Amino acid sequence: MERKTPLHDAHEAAGGRMVGFAGWHMPLTYGSELAEHRAVREDAGMFDVSHMAIVDFEGARAKDFLRKLYANDIARLSTPGAAQYGVMLNPEGGIKDDLISYFRGPERYRTVVNAGTRDADIAWMRKIAADFDVSVNERNDLAMIAVQGPKARERAAAVLPEALKGGALELKPFTASERGDWLVARTGYTGEDGWEIMLPADRAAAFWDNLVEVGIQPAGLAARDSLRLEAGLNLYGNDMDETTHPWESNLGWTVALDPTERDFIGRQAIEKARDASDKKRLVGLVLKDRGVIRHGQTVNTSAGEGIVTSGGFAPTLDRSIALARVPEAAASDPEATVSMRKRELPVAIVKPPFVRRGKIRVNLD
Amino acid sequence: MSDIPKDRQYTDTHEWLRELDDGSIELGITDHAQESLGDLVFVELPEVGSEVASGEECVVVESTKAASDVFSPLDGEVAAVNEALEDQPELVNQSPWEEGWLLRIRPANGMPEDLMDADAYAAQLESEG
Repeated sequence: MERKTPLHDAHEAAGGRMVGFAGWHMPLTYGSELAEHRAVREDAGMFDVSHMAIVDFEGARAKDFLRKLYANDIARLSTPGAAQYGVMLNPEGGIKDDLISYFRGPERYRTVVNAGTRDADIAWMRKIAADFDVSVNERNDLAMIAVQGPKARERAAAVLPEALKGGALELKPFTASERGDWLVARTGYTGEDGWEIMLPADRAAAFWDNLVEVGIQPAGLAARDSLRLEAGLNLYGNDMDETTHPWESNLGWTVALDPTERDFIGRQAIEKARDASDKKRLVGLVLKDRGVIRHGQTVNTSAGEGIVTSGGFAPTLDRSIALARVPEAAASDPEATVSMRKRELPVAIVKPPFVRRGKIRVNLD
Repeated sequence: MSDIPKDRQYTDTHEWLRELDDGSIELGITDHAQESLGDLVFVELPEVGSEVASGEECVVVESTKAASDVFSPLDGEVAAVNEALEDQPELVNQSPWEEGWLLRIRPANGMPEDLMDADAYAAQLESEG
């Protein structure tokens, strides 16, 4: 039985083409995923992301717990609303999940994790939390809507509860503002400006309708995937998983090795992996020819084979792009080829993102 | 579901065929097919003058989701391809019955026999749910 979000009926009423995704019944598109993609790049779009889990941690040792659990250092956050992206590793240094965490108070934190991993994540969090006497509270009473695009904040502000409006518009990137059970964060997964808004589940459908009324285009999973790929953002399960560590997932920047005495889970393993000789890197690819690169295709480089971890059509570039894991020695090469169906086509190797804030960031020549 | 035109015939793999005045047979994919594929971003068409064989791939349509083969329902020679699709693959989504046609085939042996009319095709769609 697939799970449904509080917005399920709204999606069906809007003609959403519903599909199974990570155990949830979610809209793939509401008609045209390309139009939804463009709405987010050029105007304003929104996604139901209520299938992701919102988890609250509370306890006198909550900070110590999260400094053990996460590869990034939560101690870097010290003001209410401050947010941080990072990964949670297994003891072998593989990525259990990527997540965003919020500082809410010295003993109170919130983390948002992926839909596909939520149950395993929460079980793991509870197991580790037991040693720290920290409560782990899955907030199934909340929904989450991401409004994204150059016009998203301005439009959405008009329908936010009065008490949140002013604070929300003043938020800097990667900070959040809370009022009651509402939380507005200037974060997202599209490469555009915008907010992720957490709110009581029983208010979600009415708020979604309000957002439609102010001209925000509902967008489905297909546009969410093409937008995040253009933004060079990893998808858990494709571009990283429990068998890949942060260095080979373009996420070394989220690992806090200082202070050296912080003994987070996976630390020893990834320090070893960092010094290994057979390293790989996650790079961007741009197809020079017509066609579409797909997940799982082989990349042929000067230093051996690599694999496409995410591929697709990039509407903003009008080209196909991909993320691919290749031997480190080939990561700085200008080009490679990808074996696609019956052909082997040349690709440029680039550094993601491909698109950010509406602008193409890679050379297309 | 938009109306299924009665002026042509259908395969069970969601292609349509229409005989033109010059005896060539125009081939496209149905509204149901384009809707299932999602937005098309790339259509790979054969060379005019090349041979196509029944049951073999003659066109590749790539949507945001996946690449799919379109199989030729008949033997013949490619008389024309829809060149507009090179820059506007979305025509297949917007107008699957008319502007989004894929190619025209000069048949070696006339129209194949195992095709469905519009009513039979509608019944198949119904049964597929």
